[in-house]
Amino acid sequence: MPHDFKQLRLDRVSRRFLNPSGAITTAVDALSATIPRGEFVALLGPSGCGKSTVLNCIAGLLPLSDGSIFLDDQRIDVLPPERRGFGMVFQNYALFPHMSVRANVGFGLRMRGTPAAEAARRIAKAFALVQLEGHEDKLPGQLSGGQQQRVAIARAIVIEPPLLLMDEPLSNLDAKLRLEMRGEIRRIHRELGRSTIYVTHDQDEAISLADRIVVLQDGRVQQIASPQEVYAQPANVDVARFMGYRNVLDLKVEKTSGDYVVVSGDGVRLTGTIKQPLDGARAWAAIRPEEMTVGTGGVNVIDGKIENVEYGGRDSLIDVRTGSGLLLHARTPGKPTPGETVQLTVPPERVLVYPHGGAP
Amino acid sequence: MSATVERWGGRAWGALLVGLMALFIVNVALMVAAVATNSFARRWLGTWLPDGFTTGWYAAAWKEFQLGDVLWVTVEVVLAVVVLSVLIGVPAAYALARREFAGKRIVLLLFLLPLIIPPFTYGIPFATVMYRVGLAGTLPGVILANLIPALPFVILVMTPFIEQIDPNLESAARVFGAGTARMFAYVLAPLLMPGILAAALLVLVRTIALFELTFLTAGPDSQTLVVALYYAVFAAGVRAPQSVDAMAIVYMVVTLVWLLLALRFVNPTQLVSRVREQPA
Amino acid sequence: MNAAARVARPALIDSAWLLVGPAVLFLLMLFVYPFLYGFALSFQPLEGGRLANYQNFFADSRAWRTLVTTFGLALPVTVINVGLALPIAFRLRRRTRYQRWITALLVVPITLGTVLIADGMLTYFGPRGWLAQTLQLVHLYDGPIRLTHNYWGVLISLVISGFPFAFLLLLSYVTGIDPVLARAAATLGANRFNQFRHIYLPLLAPGLAITFCLAFVQAFSVFPSAVLVGAPSGSTRVISIAAYEAAFENYDYAMASTIAMIMGFAQLIVVAAVLALRRAFYRGPVSGGKG
Repeated sequence: MPHDFKQLRLDRVSRRFLNPSGAITTAVDALSATIPRGEFVALLGPSGCGKSTVLNCIAGLLPLSDGSIFLDDQRIDVLPPERRGFGMVFQNYALFPHMSVRANVGFGLRMRGTPAAEAARRIAKAFALVQLEGHEDKLPGQLSGGQQQRVAIARAIVIEPPLLLMDEPLSNLDAKLRLEMRGEIRRIHRELGRSTIYVTHDQDEAISLADRIVVLQDGRVQQIASPQEVYAQPANVDVARFMGYRNVLDLKVEKTSGDYVVVSGDGVRLTGTIKQPLDGARAWAAIRPEEMTVGTGGVNVIDGKIENVEYGGRDSLIDVRTGSGLLLHARTPGKPTPGETVQLTVPPERVLVYPHGGAP
Repeated sequence: MSATVERWGGRAWGALLVGLMALFIVNVALMVAAVATNSFARRWLGTWLPDGFTTGWYAAAWKEFQLGDVLWVTVEVVLAVVVLSVLIGVPAAYALARREFAGKRIVLLLFLLPLIIPPFTYGIPFATVMYRVGLAGTLPGVILANLIPALPFVILVMTPFIEQIDPNLESAARVFGAGTARMFAYVLAPLLMPGILAAALLVLVRTIALFELTFLTAGPDSQTLVVALYYAVFAAGVRAPQSVDAMAIVYMVVTLVWLLLALRFVNPTQLVSRVREQPA
Repeated sequence: MNAAARVARPALIDSAWLLVGPAVLFLLMLFVYPFLYGFALSFQPLEGGRLANYQNFFADSRAWRTLVTTFGLALPVTVINVGLALPIAFRLRRRTRYQRWITALLVVPITLGTVLIADGMLTYFGPRGWLAQTLQLVHLYDGPIRLTHNYWGVLISLVISGFPFAFLLLLSYVTGIDPVLARAAATLGANRFNQFRHIYLPLLAPGLAITFCLAFVQAFSVFPSAVLVGAPSGSTRVISIAAYEAAFENYDYAMASTIAMIMGFAQLIVVAAVLALRRAFYRGPVSGGKG
């Protein structure tokens, strides 16, 4: 397997399952993407969106129903997993319980027949990279969750794979350890200088780790973009919802002018930015709570009464009920009391308007 | 190149294993079919099929082997064994699943041994004791003999079943004001029922088929079906083989009916080992 | 039922014994006591010194040969049964409808038991049975086919009852191993054979050892088929027949108990050997992932 590869290319990769009931489910539908060497790509989506299926297809653990996968010019989707040479970190680590930590890490080298001295050197290097020196002779069961996680990573990287595949590697750790390991994973990726494909359902994780995010839903790619873009400019209303735009309002289109549009309904009237060509009289307006602030003035002003306050230390998340009964989520510094009347404001650039299209 | 060799090798190996399995199952099925055919055969000597069919052998077997009495004894023994092993075994299983107590490991070993040691090994000394105390050849003696493996079996089937019931459910019932009796009646008993049913069915099937211990302790009036069948086959020279096979079919039908019923509730593997159902 | 409550109220210990007590008492009376009684009885021969029964057993070639005969049946049978069951159970490790059908079918011969199998064999494997007719029809073998009333009859009957047992037991061990481990090995470059060799086989070692022991012990105590489809006074005069004859034909319960003790001891030796062998290979947990 060439290690100085240039890119991994997925070409209309599809995977269909036959349900026990006899129906065919499409887990991944014609996914195409190119991942250049050195890039950290996150596959992001809600559970059941097909992201783990994509990863298993790349690893060779699941056959494709359609499409192909290329490493540079070599077609690899026809190879069994053991011939692809990718490193994979599994969700529950899948450490071999009967082997010492050292034997776990060295397993891939053993399968490749790497000479002992060379193997020992690389194993030591891998242990240093994941900072696990001193635990080599323990059994996996004797390690903590975070340490097991590191062993799993060391086992995957010691074979110096062109591609490192990670399937929700942090989902079994507690919140504090998760943040710590995030930094570690990013560091390891940087030091190896190869490509990483990282599956997660946590948008914070994806945004903080990835160079590029592939947002998946129902087996289809919704958006492939940088974290900044996915965060600030979701491609469609589904991605917006998933990325934390908690206010999604069903409004009537009044008039459009260039990129701007005025939408109204339920007692509110907002000027927003068109993100996708509008196709009818109604549209979705998506707003992040943190971009809707308490204050006066501006183009978009909504009056309402605070119904509920969720204090978060630096600021508070408030639920505001408008006169017409609409419930909005906003953030405000300090800790207001329920019952207060407030005026919310949001700049037109941060009201993202999407066509009504399908159901929300 | 080597990938192709590997793939074809894998396929040939797979085909070989499937073939062996098929060979086994087909031969066992044919064996059963041969017994069934013979039990309806008027005369069958070295040909593919008998030269005529009759149901007469069943009536003959019924009379000749006193199947009415034998079946009645079998029902008595099996019923008593199932009821007693559940009554004594379920509380013990509950204690093993829920409590830590001094001597638990030894108790577990005690419950495991009768299932590991084959009946014939301890059956001889057991039968000796039964003869000394005058219980040999009696119905209670046979019931006691059959309880030796049945009781541990119920315990070992029920323990993991009880372990997987959330102990918080019992605590919750107590928190909401149920005393021990009502907790048992409203919470524990309904939760235990499927497990008890499964254990009872499994013990039932095993007891019908348990040969050695009954054989070593039974007298002429306390034979169960399987022991009567043994004596019938043993004396095959003097009996018509068709009537022996008719009796075998009676035995098989009795066993299989209960086995089919049991398989509706349990994993077949549970008949031989203690397993937990895993999610697929 | 938390730990604190248990420590604070030692009375709970008593109630646990209340629950297990009847079962324990029962087995002490019906299982442990007879065993000890038999053990003591074996040292009280009808005539001679304390060890006379044991000396007689090993002096009488008709007696000690039964031990050889039994090993000669039980060892090959166990190797065949476990050796066949392992690859087949491994092949069927994925939970499919097919697997469920096979397991349900294989339970049948176990449930029916050796007596019925013996009867069936006399009809089916006998010299005029369907098998002999088929073999002669395709001229696979033209001589007289003797698969009953000899060593082979008992061997076949022990395979019919023992193979499903070994298979079901091994299947429950195989399916208990997390398949993700093998997939992890695959991504690290292990082909199917290496996945089996390095992942499944060591993880199966404990289950394999237990299966071998149970299968052996079962075959070792063979009785009905050795009488019904074997040659009970010749090539298949196994040790349980000797014990039975001592008790029920000679009414020498002391000698019968002696033979039962020797039988149990022989089984114990093999079980201990297998478990020691296993320990030499592998010690560790069976489940994968987090410890």
